Amino acid sequence: MTSTNVTKVTTHPTQNEALIFERSQPGRVGYRLPALDVEETALDELLPESFRRDDELRGMPEVSEVDVVRHFTRISTWNYSIDLGLYPLGSCTMKYNSRLNERVARIAGHANLHPLASEADAQGALQVIYELQEHLSEITGLAGVSLQPAAGAHGEMTGVMLIRAFIDARDGEGASARRRVMLIPDSAHGTNPASAHLSGFNVKTIRSTAEGLTDLDHLRELCAHGDIAGLMLTNPNTVGLFERNISEICRIVHEAGGLVYMDGANMNALVGVARPGDMGVDVIHLNLHKTFSTPHGGGGPGSGPCCCTRELEPFLPVPRIVREGETYKLDFNRPQSIGRVKAFFGNFGMMLRALSYIQTHGSEGLREATEAAVLNARYIAHGLAPDYDQPFDAPPMHEVVFTDKRQSRKGVHTLDIAKRLIDYGFHPMTIYFPLIVQGAMLIEPTESVGRQELDQFISAMRSIAREALEQPELVLNAPHSTRIGRLDEAAAARKPVLRWKPREAASAA
Amino acid sequence: MANVPEDLHYSKDHEWISVEGDVGTIGITDYAQNSLGDVVYVEVPKVGETFSAHESFGSVESVKAVSEIFTPVSGEVVEVNESLQDEPEKVNTDPYGDGWMIRIRMSNPGEVDSLLSAAEYEDFTKTESE
Amino acid sequence: MRYIPNSPDERAEMLRSVGLEAAEELFSSIPADLRLRAPLKLPEALSEIELLAGFEETAARNRAARRPSFLGAGAYSHYSPSIVDHLIQRSEFFTAYTPYQPEISQGTLQAIFEFQTLVCQLTGMDVANASMYDGSTALAEAVLMAERVTRRSKVVISNSVHPEYLEVVNTYVQHAGIELVRLDFDQATGQTAPDSLSSLDDKTAALVIQSPNFFGSIEDVQALAERAHSVGALLVVTVTEAISFGLLRAPGACGADIVVAEGQSFGVPLSFGGPYVGLFATRDKYARQLPGRLVGQAVDREGRRGFVLTLATREQHIRREKATSNICTNEGLIALAATIYLETMGPRGVQEVAMQCAQKAAYAARRIASLAGFTLAFTAPRFNEFVVRAPVEAAALLARLASERNITGGLALSRYYSDRPNDFLVCVTETNSRQEIDALVEGLAALATSLAT
Repeated sequence: MTSTNVTKVTTHPTQNEALIFERSQPGRVGYRLPALDVEETALDELLPESFRRDDELRGMPEVSEVDVVRHFTRISTWNYSIDLGLYPLGSCTMKYNSRLNERVARIAGHANLHPLASEADAQGALQVIYELQEHLSEITGLAGVSLQPAAGAHGEMTGVMLIRAFIDARDGEGASARRRVMLIPDSAHGTNPASAHLSGFNVKTIRSTAEGLTDLDHLRELCAHGDIAGLMLTNPNTVGLFERNISEICRIVHEAGGLVYMDGANMNALVGVARPGDMGVDVIHLNLHKTFSTPHGGGGPGSGPCCCTRELEPFLPVPRIVREGETYKLDFNRPQSIGRVKAFFGNFGMMLRALSYIQTHGSEGLREATEAAVLNARYIAHGLAPDYDQPFDAPPMHEVVFTDKRQSRKGVHTLDIAKRLIDYGFHPMTIYFPLIVQGAMLIEPTESVGRQELDQFISAMRSIAREALEQPELVLNAPHSTRIGRLDEAAAARKPVLRWKPREAASAA
Repeated sequence: MANVPEDLHYSKDHEWISVEGDVGTIGITDYAQNSLGDVVYVEVPKVGETFSAHESFGSVESVKAVSEIFTPVSGEVVEVNESLQDEPEKVNTDPYGDGWMIRIRMSNPGEVDSLLSAAEYEDFTKTESE
Repeated sequence: MRYIPNSPDERAEMLRSVGLEAAEELFSSIPADLRLRAPLKLPEALSEIELLAGFEETAARNRAARRPSFLGAGAYSHYSPSIVDHLIQRSEFFTAYTPYQPEISQGTLQAIFEFQTLVCQLTGMDVANASMYDGSTALAEAVLMAERVTRRSKVVISNSVHPEYLEVVNTYVQHAGIELVRLDFDQATGQTAPDSLSSLDDKTAALVIQSPNFFGSIEDVQALAERAHSVGALLVVTVTEAISFGLLRAPGACGADIVVAEGQSFGVPLSFGGPYVGLFATRDKYARQLPGRLVGQAVDREGRRGFVLTLATREQHIRREKATSNICTNEGLIALAATIYLETMGPRGVQEVAMQCAQKAAYAARRIASLAGFTLAFTAPRFNEFVVRAPVEAAALLARLASERNITGGLALSRYYSDRPNDFLVCVTETNSRQEIDALVEGLAALATSLAT
């Protein structure tokens, strides 16, 4: 991995694919439609000129079908992906995305179904939604499920809005003003405070203990003022530890008149082993694109089902999908509902894939996957302990956090270690999260990786630890193996270029 | 070691102020810009807005962090450094000069006396970084 | 379990190597009384053959998926070139995460940069984000953004906006201290009523309209923009049928300040309502108030161009409760599908699809309006949707049309408007052949007569 006399050929087209706009050649086409088969209406009769577009969409690329295929195939090769190897992003659960699930989502009767088809003509889709609701209810131990939210943060927003609505209904007039505080640990995902804020809550931060767990004394203190609406807690938490006092935490919050929301980002540690509903949690969101393996697609689509207790169920978004005898129905008649959070019914395509995932595993397979995921994380924790500092002295669940404490003495930081890992053929772990751990490296291998690759990963990390001591420059300038090096993000943010413009327009601006 | 000019007054929020008559010029310290990293955006108030001492008057952003900036003294904004819109990097390269942020007409010039001297600020940053 | 690489023996060895004997010990930090004692009550694992048979069976019960259809109202049947679905299924795109590590995510980043550019070109705006969940949530976020930009708290929204979008906006603003004022639409034209604009005042953050609106009527966007701007409010335009960008004057060219759209029309399957993709665009001066992710151009030390997530300080992972939005995961892969669709179709293709939609809709509207007892409910110019007033109850008519003629004839507006029992919304796209349109017309005529007698 050190210097070599062989120069990399960098002029190859596959490494230099331009923006499609720069490839555009006037007159190229990539489509063909059938000829118009109805009598044409005169343009002015069709639409007054003042309503018509007059720029002919200039600037959009004119390319052939072959150009498009090569363009995207080439740039795709500049991505890392799960199918290529371990993708150990902590809190992201990058597990294998089965092709069977893709096939299921593309079955014509599901893929071509319009969301406003009548109930009678969409029984199959409603059944899929209903069955997935039932399964997720069993998995979480919570009675009410809505699949409407489109992603985790959307499910969070839905969940905390349920808490707001429930408390307002319970306490009557003025409840919103009296109970405005949402407690969130300092280790939480940023989406938690943002979702709470969107739902009208004031966020107060709970400290973590030196052990990496919620500080019960601080929780009691914060709960003493009578203004608590709820607590948002991730469990296992974001440092990969199970909040073993969870029952006590729920009891404290409940006694203070609040409700407990659980961020389900880390459910991959719990499916088939323990259920949030049994711990005293009132509402949780799941990420179908994490725990239930629907593909991340470079940043979505996701699906963020919201599951809650029977007491909260009346407040779930409408419509609810219910069964009456052998028929599935849309139930709009929920006067206490928080309302809709999305048009139609949610990301149905993701529901098909998640249901397929659950059916492929069955009860036993789901538990087996959880065990394998936790075992893999434990194996990494064990393997890296000699070289990297662990901020908490407790066995991790499905993800483990290390820091750059030892390496930073030589000026090598988490970011550098992450970039160097790329040279070893791995995607980096989650870095600088959670915020409570200085120089955090959060590693989540998932169940989708074999022992040999785990060993390779451990050996790569240990080799980087050695390099940090012996050749820090090598690590500081990584990656060395990629098409481009580290980008000047400061310059990009100072003068943001957020779209392509034609040359003349760009220079005139 | 961060640069701390002798002739300025400092706050514990890492702002500096230089005083000329009843007008104070305010910016962030070398220590502050250094811990923030490459500054990419500075949000400043409009001329005419008034602030009381230790109130946030704007924010400064690096690639991956946002920090609020607080005025060490009360008063009305009489001038803002417009050039930071195009060249926020001046906060990094010249925090006590071209990187100044606002000028404020002080409503209570006595507030300056309660600020830190260069030596006191230097001690303060040492304890903070430990 | 075939998705777990390590065999039971390998797992047993790994357990021993970390000092454990049984898998159950992995969970020792979970108090014993919280651990499940019995397996979850879920079905047994299925093989591929069994599983596919089950989903084929449920799919077969979605009878509407197999019929010629004239349903629109926020979700549209358009042709998608074969390469769209092929390319998005490349492992490198569909099994990648959010591009936080730019050196090994340039494929995704460059594609998003192209997506942002295309959205700007279509909408006539300066800057667009990397996508929102869908059109409805994009609209809700636009309302919140208008409040941030103007620091005003009243939002005036037209009743001709998609009713489900109105519901979503309601949900999003209920805790944001925003007062929503609804505007009537003109009962003759189906457009936002000019005389209802008196509710615009100097406390108004935004006027929110949809064009073409829910009833298919095209709004006079320019006139509405002028009215909004005259009181210092923003004009927010939402578009549910994004193919209309190929024919209609861009909202940006009409003075819109924020444009949001549902991008499903760009090659994305109906899939019973999702996943779709929300488009979100605005003026340069408001770029720092955008919700969601943005990709920007950058250079590395050698001066090579690359792309990177930028202006991240707006986002929840940095600004937490002060973020411009809580959105994290968006609709990356669907945005990619829309990008591939738009680049394959090109400027000519998008315009031709739009023109065919408008032409076929005009033909269908003319023929239906000529039937005895049938009229068009609104007079405003339209794109590819229009409201038909039937001589009989629309829901019954459409149910008969489905069962007897095997055609989904449109959407009975009684689903959303109890005072419109005889109205239904028809949508025509390039995928509807003349034969289908003629069959619809004949079916309507015959069944209306039979229902009336």
